[in-house]
Amino acid sequence: MSRRHVDVLVVGAGPAGLALAARLAAWGVNRVEVLEREQEAGGVPRHCRRREFDGPGFARRYAEAAVRAGAIVRTGVTALGWCEPPALDTVGPAGRETITATAVVLATGARERPRSARLVAGTRPAGVFTTGELQQAVHLYGQYIGHRAVVVGAEAVSYATVGTLLGAGVDVVAMVTDLARHQGDRLKAVNSRLGQRIPLLSGTTVTELRGRGRLTGVALRHRDGRTTTLACDTVVFTGDFVPDHELARRGGLALDTGTRGPAVDGAFRTSREGVFAVGNVLHAVESAAAVAREGVRAARHVRDHLAGASWPPAVPLLVAPPLRWIAPNRLAPATTYDPFVLRTAEFLARPVLTVTQDGRVLHRRRLLTTAVPNRALSLDGRWVGSVDPAGGPVRVTAR
Amino acid sequence: MTVTAHGALPDVTYDVVIVGAGVVGCAIARELARHRRLRIALVEAQDDVGQGTSKANTAILHTGFDAVPGSLEARLVREGSRRLALYAAESGIPVEPVGALLVAWDREQLAVLPELAAKAEKNDYRQARILGPDELYAREPHLGPGALGALHIPGESIICPWTTTLAYATQAVRHGADVHLDCRVERADDGVLRTSRGTLRTRHLVNAAGLYADELDRRLGHRDFTVTPRRGQLLVFDKFARELVRHILLPVPTALGKGVLVAPTVYGNVLLGPTAEEVDDRTATGSTEEGLALLRDRGRRILPALLDEEVTAVYAGLRAATAYEDYRIRAHPDQAYVTVGGIRSTGLTASMAIASHVTGLLADCGLDLGEADDLEPVRMPNLGEAFPRPYQRPELIAADPEYGTLVCHCERVSRGEIRDALASTIPPHSLEGLRRRTRARGGRCQGFYCGAAVRELFEGRS
Ligand SMILES: Cc1cc2nc3c(=O)[nH]c(=O)nc-3n(C[C@H](O)[C@H](O)[C@H](O)COP(=O)(O)OP(=O)(O)OC[C@H]3O[C@@H](n4cnc5c(N)ncnc54)[C@H](O)[C@@H]3O)c2cc1C
Ligand SMILES: Cc1cc2nc3c(=O)[nH]c(=O)nc-3n(C[C@H](O)[C@H](O)[C@H](O)COP(=O)(O)OP(=O)(O)OC[C@H]3O[C@@H](n4cnc5c(N)ncnc54)[C@H](O)[C@@H]3O)c2cc1C
Repeated sequence: MSRRHVDVLVVGAGPAGLALAARLAAWGVNRVEVLEREQEAGGVPRHCRRREFDGPGFARRYAEAAVRAGAIVRTGVTALGWCEPPALDTVGPAGRETITATAVVLATGARERPRSARLVAGTRPAGVFTTGELQQAVHLYGQYIGHRAVVVGAEAVSYATVGTLLGAGVDVVAMVTDLARHQGDRLKAVNSRLGQRIPLLSGTTVTELRGRGRLTGVALRHRDGRTTTLACDTVVFTGDFVPDHELARRGGLALDTGTRGPAVDGAFRTSREGVFAVGNVLHAVESAAAVAREGVRAARHVRDHLAGASWPPAVPLLVAPPLRWIAPNRLAPATTYDPFVLRTAEFLARPVLTVTQDGRVLHRRRLLTTAVPNRALSLDGRWVGSVDPAGGPVRVTAR
Repeated sequence: MTVTAHGALPDVTYDVVIVGAGVVGCAIARELARHRRLRIALVEAQDDVGQGTSKANTAILHTGFDAVPGSLEARLVREGSRRLALYAAESGIPVEPVGALLVAWDREQLAVLPELAAKAEKNDYRQARILGPDELYAREPHLGPGALGALHIPGESIICPWTTTLAYATQAVRHGADVHLDCRVERADDGVLRTSRGTLRTRHLVNAAGLYADELDRRLGHRDFTVTPRRGQLLVFDKFARELVRHILLPVPTALGKGVLVAPTVYGNVLLGPTAEEVDDRTATGSTEEGLALLRDRGRRILPALLDEEVTAVYAGLRAATAYEDYRIRAHPDQAYVTVGGIRSTGLTASMAIASHVTGLLADCGLDLGEADDLEPVRMPNLGEAFPRPYQRPELIAADPEYGTLVCHCERVSRGEIRDALASTIPPHSLEGLRRRTRARGGRCQGFYCGAAVRELFEGRS
């Protein structure tokens, strides 16, 4: 197998990887190479087409900007695994190749958990989608979807899915969420319920899929224990994002137990020297624009590493329920932190966030809004200077 | 040598028609195809071969160590196991001889192990050995706490059930057999079969209809057995779980069945299951909330870390159980008819031996087999992780870059493999059929990334 060296090897040409590569190349870093396993660069936005967000245009702009700045973007090439990190074993139509790099950046993104991972019982008919598959079927290939759909989830991406379905001529029978309320944009939720007359079934769980060959309905269990069946030929499982952490895991990087992505510090450094991670692989998920900005911020730290900056040890940053996760989740000394992003599992009205280390309170702040599950919550990072680098894990609680 | 899925059936009289293209029917067709003078048809109600119980089992190539000694099943499993292992190596069907550990979790179970070892001897299996807890945990460091010992059966293997069925059918078709899909046999009398696609004539009939074998048997006037489907639900865990387990981990069997096991798959995943539930409905291949909860409960005890991994797939299969502790294979010479019923939980393993046995019975029914030829070997596309997949073969990619162009990323399936499957001897008629031939869409994302692209390739064919 052939072997080659580059300065920076980025895995994943989504907004995060492309933005980072463009910036580094613009700074004159010599060989910045981006590997993308799909035939087109751009990541998830390639197939997000909505009135408010021209995903394909966004994807194209970022891909073109990276190439224009001098980064090499290679599509149709998959990073398979590691050989003596930081080197990656790759495959593409030109064959197998091992690429070594001074810095490897994982920007592999996130996906939705499909029906099986959610342990929804029943038959295995056609007509079962995730948003990712639905968007590609509609926007990239114009495939036939169905007549009557149920959307599982009621967060931002779920409302986008309703739009995709209606645009493809599919009636939306209902949205179903096991939480007490929707977690999307208020206007969109109102418009969907009153304007488009799509009922929102909250406190409701999809327990079973029915139908042989083609889906004929979904069985539901409501808050009060009642069970019903909704007739439909299509169901879309939205949200419930997980990072695509295969390479991170195979490379033995420490994963954060909350995000399930690689654990990183404020400079996007993972537990393994020379390996960075950026984008929604760290926090599933933030918006495309936010992720692209993150890629730009990460570029500086990659450049510092190329220039010989040290790779400091870090203290873990953990959350307690009802918080689900926080990112970044490693606290390194002499590192600046942009606001942290967090998720909660429950609705919390004006919660107080408290940061402690070994029983010492580092920071306490009341949020002025309600913390909503599946929606970004942020915590500024001014307190990180008071972390004891030799101390125990730092914890964030919400009450 | 044709495969049809619609239109008129050929106006010929076959020498043998086999009803049911499961692993058993396909093995029989392959065996008969060795006899060049015979005109054979394999008739299947669904749109693909291997779409019944044969696609949804635990995929173990059994040794037969625990069969009922002296039964027909014991003999055919023992014989079939050896034959299929050889055939698999020749045909590119992935098999991994991982061995099984029958784990005792309490004193009572520990006390049963010597009996099971003795039973294995009676079944002519002599490699079984009892292990103490130290050796057990050395072999399976992730096993849950509290195991007292195990019976090691080194000969138990894991196999790809989809490729097995397909290899048999492919070889049969290449040697002249016809396969008629989407063709349900509704009535049968005196060599005339009424099917959903018209009439077929045959001199000899083989009933390999799996869960429906008793119904067809009754139509021909026999009341030998009734199939009471026994459902087995299974969870397939993410490939990250594969390194947690090295052997097939079996429980000590109970009256209801072999119990819940944990086993690696040749695709690099880990299976947990099956349940054993009597159901009335022969189409009840859905999973249930209770079933999945029960499996997770059992799995937590056997391999606690398994439960931390994501579930990639859930499925269920129906065993064709009867009131008998053996297969129900019977010849009816006056009707030139052989029933192959009650092939309960070992049919994949025994398939080749069942096929030989049935061929013998057909001869007893007056079928003149004529000369037997050696079959031209088949080489099936490799779906197993223990053997090089196309994306791992630089020489293949150099010759055809389509094998380096991945479409399904989780399972690393190339466009070349999908193209080949669509152009194969028995092409798929559904995305599920394509998955069983290539693994495309079968991974942890279940189509999030590749679903639409794979569908496009599949539909673009016609
Ligand atoms: C279904 C869905 C809908 C969304 N809708 C919106 C929206 O409407 N608006 C919005 O602002 N945000 C949306 N988001 C959030 C956000 O846009 C995306 O998650 C964003 O694309 C994340 O960027 P990324 O660069 O981190 O990852 P991605 O865009 O996911 O890119 C990762 C890339 O890495 C590649 N890759 C992964 N592994 C390998 C490997 N081993 N080798 C080579 N390449 C690899 C992938 O093919 C992919 O192209 C959505 C997210 C999802 C999942
Ligand atoms: C949960 C589970 C786990 C198992 N594990 C193992 C294992 O590890 N190892 C092992 O060796 N075995 C195992 N088995 C058993 C094995 O799967 C079966 O014994 C085997 O698949 C039976 O094959 P078959 O061809 O008889 O039946 P099937 O695969 O069911 O094939 C019968 C075919 O006949 C067709 N058919 C029915 N009626 C008609 C009609 N009227 N006209 C036309 N076609 C018709 C059906 O559509 C079907 O395709 C397991 C079974 C289950 C359920």
